[in-house]
Amino acid sequence: MQSRMLAVALACAFASPSMAAEDTTDSTPAPASGGLNFNPEISLILQGAYKHRKDVGERHIGGFVAAEHHHDDDAHGDDKRGFTLDHTELVLGANIDPYFRGQATLAVLDGETELEEAWFQTTTLGHGTGIKAGRFFSSIGYLNEQHNHQWDFYEQPLMYKALFGEHGFAQDGVQLKWVAPLATFVELGAEVGRGQNFPGSERDANGAGAAAVFAHVGGDLGVSGSWRAGLSWLRTRAKEREGHFESDTYGEVDGAFSGRSRIWIADFVYKWAPEGNPARRNFKFQAEYFQRRESGDLAVADEDGNDLGEAPWRTRQSGFYVAGVYQFSPRWRAGVRYDRLDSGRQHAGDNPGDVEIVDARPHRFTAMVDYSWSEFSRLRLQWARDRSMPGVTDNQVTLQYVMSLGSHGAHKF
Amino acid sequence: MKRIFLAFLIGLFALPVAARVSVLTTVPEWAALAREIGGERVEATSATTALQDPHRIEARPSLIARARSADLLIATGAELEIGWLPLLQRESGNRRIQPGQPGYLEAAFVSLRDVPRAVDRSMGDVHAAGDPHFHLDPRNILPVAVALAERLATIDPDGAPTYRANHERFVARWTEALARWTEEGASLKGLAFLQAHRSFGYLAYWLGLTPRGELEPKPGIEPGSAHLSRIVANRQEPPAAMILYAAYQDETAGRWVAERLGVPLVKLPFTVGGTPQAGDLFGLFDDTLRRLKAAARPETR
Repeated sequence: MQSRMLAVALACAFASPSMAAEDTTDSTPAPASGGLNFNPEISLILQGAYKHRKDVGERHIGGFVAAEHHHDDDAHGDDKRGFTLDHTELVLGANIDPYFRGQATLAVLDGETELEEAWFQTTTLGHGTGIKAGRFFSSIGYLNEQHNHQWDFYEQPLMYKALFGEHGFAQDGVQLKWVAPLATFVELGAEVGRGQNFPGSERDANGAGAAAVFAHVGGDLGVSGSWRAGLSWLRTRAKEREGHFESDTYGEVDGAFSGRSRIWIADFVYKWAPEGNPARRNFKFQAEYFQRRESGDLAVADEDGNDLGEAPWRTRQSGFYVAGVYQFSPRWRAGVRYDRLDSGRQHAGDNPGDVEIVDARPHRFTAMVDYSWSEFSRLRLQWARDRSMPGVTDNQVTLQYVMSLGSHGAHKF
Repeated sequence: MKRIFLAFLIGLFALPVAARVSVLTTVPEWAALAREIGGERVEATSATTALQDPHRIEARPSLIARARSADLLIATGAELEIGWLPLLQRESGNRRIQPGQPGYLEAAFVSLRDVPRAVDRSMGDVHAAGDPHFHLDPRNILPVAVALAERLATIDPDGAPTYRANHERFVARWTEALARWTEEGASLKGLAFLQAHRSFGYLAYWLGLTPRGELEPKPGIEPGSAHLSRIVANRQEPPAAMILYAAYQDETAGRWVAERLGVPLVKLPFTVGGTPQAGDLFGLFDDTLRRLKAAARPETR
């Protein structure tokens, strides 16, 4: 059923741009902009990789609770080795009328279609304000809003994986954003929403499951440089958020966390290009730091479902990454990144399930070089020395492609 | 401490208060035109400089801040700025400069040349609406000036007489200059040239030059050495008289081909600010013609 619907959706998606193309072939001048008339901008992102990884079974960052993913039954994303097809992204976006714009992003892989984003935003509220509602990636941090195909490395930073799981923090909710009328860029925003994704969970409750606030400032440094710095805060509530834990007594136990997570993120990006013209050479530096505190109760059960008891669960953890990417010729870029996390303080009260507390400093070094035939096609070779899993050093090699078809909206700074 | 904070806040909010009409343009030629028509009443800045590729600019924070407070946004249109302008407009939260509002003016209502019969990405970065670099035919500046004067009068009715007067003065000067340029350019008629990117189609159309193709294999695609070798090997007789490139483009490919073909490589300002002499719209065409004529006359090379 689902696959048939998808086939129909895809067929529709590709029928419309070809019609639009025919419209512009006659000799009458096309309208001045948005040449596709009333059809939405449609783009399809093809992504895949060849991945060489050590055989370590379950890949899990040491000292951090793993974000349970809704489809954890099959080997997924990070866990796959060899030839791998990653999510194919279908993005549709357009102005709805003079007042609104809408966009949806579907991530498709095998038997599943994930609705990554589906939102509308206001375009004419004025006074620097904008409202976005629906499902969207939160504007906290720097990388959070970006889709996989925009990443400079194959994987997202360890920090994001530890904080939110497979990709950034998305939720169903509302965002209000305001740009100050100043010579310097100052943007303030707030979000409330369902908070259904890790570190929150589905709660079956009225009200908001998560709230976020963020502030961005930025500007130019001469004609060649520009920067943006941000500070964000996110609070989520979880109810019986499931996770697996190693137990010294019971082997593996299931823990259900109920409580609050509070996250601070500081981010900084600096971009440089000679004369501000990035076409041939440019450089990008980015860094983010987070701190997360969780407090609540952890109810523990053994693998047969027998209740082992409940106890307070409190953690305070942090981490960061630093990355630099240099485009040294029109088609070539090279970059390095360093990731490091600190499992910090973890308290399990009287710990009825005898949950193993892992003290770890997961870290990873990544280097990549990529080649772009045009702005729509890219091939990337990446090497990483991953020491994020306890007792494992994994030297990873990845050859990845990212191909973008159709008309794709501009990427943010 | 509190007092310092208060003073800081007052400072912050006092800054943007400016009586002049704030005009943001995507490219320098429209900022220059806005200064001609608006005079003292407008404060016009361009999002890009003549040394930046207008196709490939990011909606960076400083531009969002400038767009936030702009009263009028002037773009070329015809998909030239499609890679960053729509995002800039949305992120600014400024209702005045949204499409369909009086504060947004697209200059590409002049009829465009080289509209492709079909568009497909295998052809590179083609502009479906036609070649957007129409400002290099100076005759195209006049209709834009009319529209700009009208638009400024709509946004700032008190200044309407000034805009009308400035516009009339500009048209008189421009018409006179146009006659001079056309006369000066007459000797260039038929001159065959290669260009780095298809930047000078309108200039060629106006002066009657003969475009012999681009160094880029496809629009927006950087030429590789094999492609450049082919251009040298497949030279036509008589060969192109010169190779033209815009100030924002890299000269490496052009220099390589020019040396092998034994023809001059000519940098043109392309827009206001591209060369020190191209300080305004008049300087842009004065300098463009001067450089073309200097290269066309071997004895002055």
